[in-house]
Amino acid sequence: MNKNYIAKIQNLGLDFKGKKLFENLNFDILENTNSAILGSSGVGKSTLLRCIADLEKENITNGQMVLKKDTNIAWLSQENSLYPWLSILDNVQLYNHLKGNKTKQTLKKAKELLEQVNMLDHIDKKTYELSGGQKQRVALARTLMSDANLILMDEPFSALDAITKIQLQDLTCQLLKNKTVVLVTHDPGEAIKLTNHIYILENHPVKINKVASLEGDLPHKISNEKLWDLQEKLISKLKENNV
Amino acid sequence: MYKKTFKVLLPILFLLILWQSVIVAFDLPHYMLPKPLEVFSKLINSYDLLWEHTLVTLLEIIVGIALGCFFGLSSAFALFYFKRIEKYLLPILVISQAIPVFAIAPLLVLWFGYGMASKIAMTVIIIYFPITTACYDGLKNTPKQWLQLAHTYKLSAFQILYKVRFKASLPSLASGIKIAVCIAPIGAVVGEWVGSSKGLGYLMLHANARMQIDLMFSALFILIVLTLSIYFLTDFLTKKLIPWASHLH
Repeated sequence: MNKNYIAKIQNLGLDFKGKKLFENLNFDILENTNSAILGSSGVGKSTLLRCIADLEKENITNGQMVLKKDTNIAWLSQENSLYPWLSILDNVQLYNHLKGNKTKQTLKKAKELLEQVNMLDHIDKKTYELSGGQKQRVALARTLMSDANLILMDEPFSALDAITKIQLQDLTCQLLKNKTVVLVTHDPGEAIKLTNHIYILENHPVKINKVASLEGDLPHKISNEKLWDLQEKLISKLKENNV
Repeated sequence: MYKKTFKVLLPILFLLILWQSVIVAFDLPHYMLPKPLEVFSKLINSYDLLWEHTLVTLLEIIVGIALGCFFGLSSAFALFYFKRIEKYLLPILVISQAIPVFAIAPLLVLWFGYGMASKIAMTVIIIYFPITTACYDGLKNTPKQWLQLAHTYKLSAFQILYKVRFKASLPSLASGIKIAVCIAPIGAVVGEWVGSSKGLGYLMLHANARMQIDLMFSALFILIVLTLSIYFLTDFLTKKLIPWASHLH
């Protein structure tokens, strides 16, 4: 396994809405790994992700977040992350659209990516005519379009129905194979299925603990008895933290 | 199609019957309340006169709306972009709304004269606040996910304001504009009442003073049609230009 770090959070202190959320938090993200961050609601999972994306600069009180040179970040959030005033193609080429440098090449690549996520047939639809799953497929194509090497996912499947969720989880694993992925989720099963390294963000004081490292290709099959036990363990740990 | 037409015509028919019934029931004389048919015949007979004054009021309303939108949008952007001026400008904006526009109408006539300028100024003042607040709220309440995405692309603050926040504010702005176009005629007509020699407001006052109540009602009827037409046109255009607005929630 490549032991190079792509992002390092060192002694991070952060105030959120006037309250101290993190104090001396340390967290390292290894390159080409898939990590999941679990934790109870309001513990600061999404804020941690925002710190990695450098979106919490003004709230950081001490410490630092170091990104490896030439790291490009892509963000995949819950449903409703598409810009409704843009076409599906422009949403996929969003970076180029916003920067004003769309070309024939970017258009071609966008179409190829839409084909990969099985959305080429829906290209003429408006974004608001798409279902939740279809929107996430387009968002996935947009994530791939940016050629980012660090993908931050903030509960991207939480608003989907069970079948669509499974389909998209598998597709995401397949398409983000050689990327570094950090997934924030409430769901221990999802963490086990989609990642190799599982962390729990604990409260009082907030600290991040690695609770499992898993081998094997993704997505993991949770029918495995060992993984079933791990899921039980993660659930009881989350219950402890929720008290 | 027939159902829709029927839905529109039914309340109008109801109002006309109610109008006629009130006249018959209370035996109201012509100078108190003319019959619908008399108003209708006045509309046809005084077509040229009414058209001449309608054009003036319409122009005042359209120019007032255009200028009100320009000033309202500029203020909303300034309030949002220059955070430091927000705490000074926002209270002034609210205070400005506490002054009844009718009270300052004579002043506006004094400052801008008897011509169109004072009526346009009145229209601008009356629609400025809803446009500014609607746009400002839209800019402020841009969904978090859309902003996060723009931030990860390292867009400048101005690019985010123009390319993301402004687009996201369009549904809110459209609501503000729809309110504005409904109240804009009030500004123009009040301005005409205070001092003018043209426009539907002037014609209403003029006709009232000469007991030409049917002409006054004709001018009022045109004003209602004008306001409704501008509203429905705005509604149609916003639905065409921002079709995604109704699918947001």
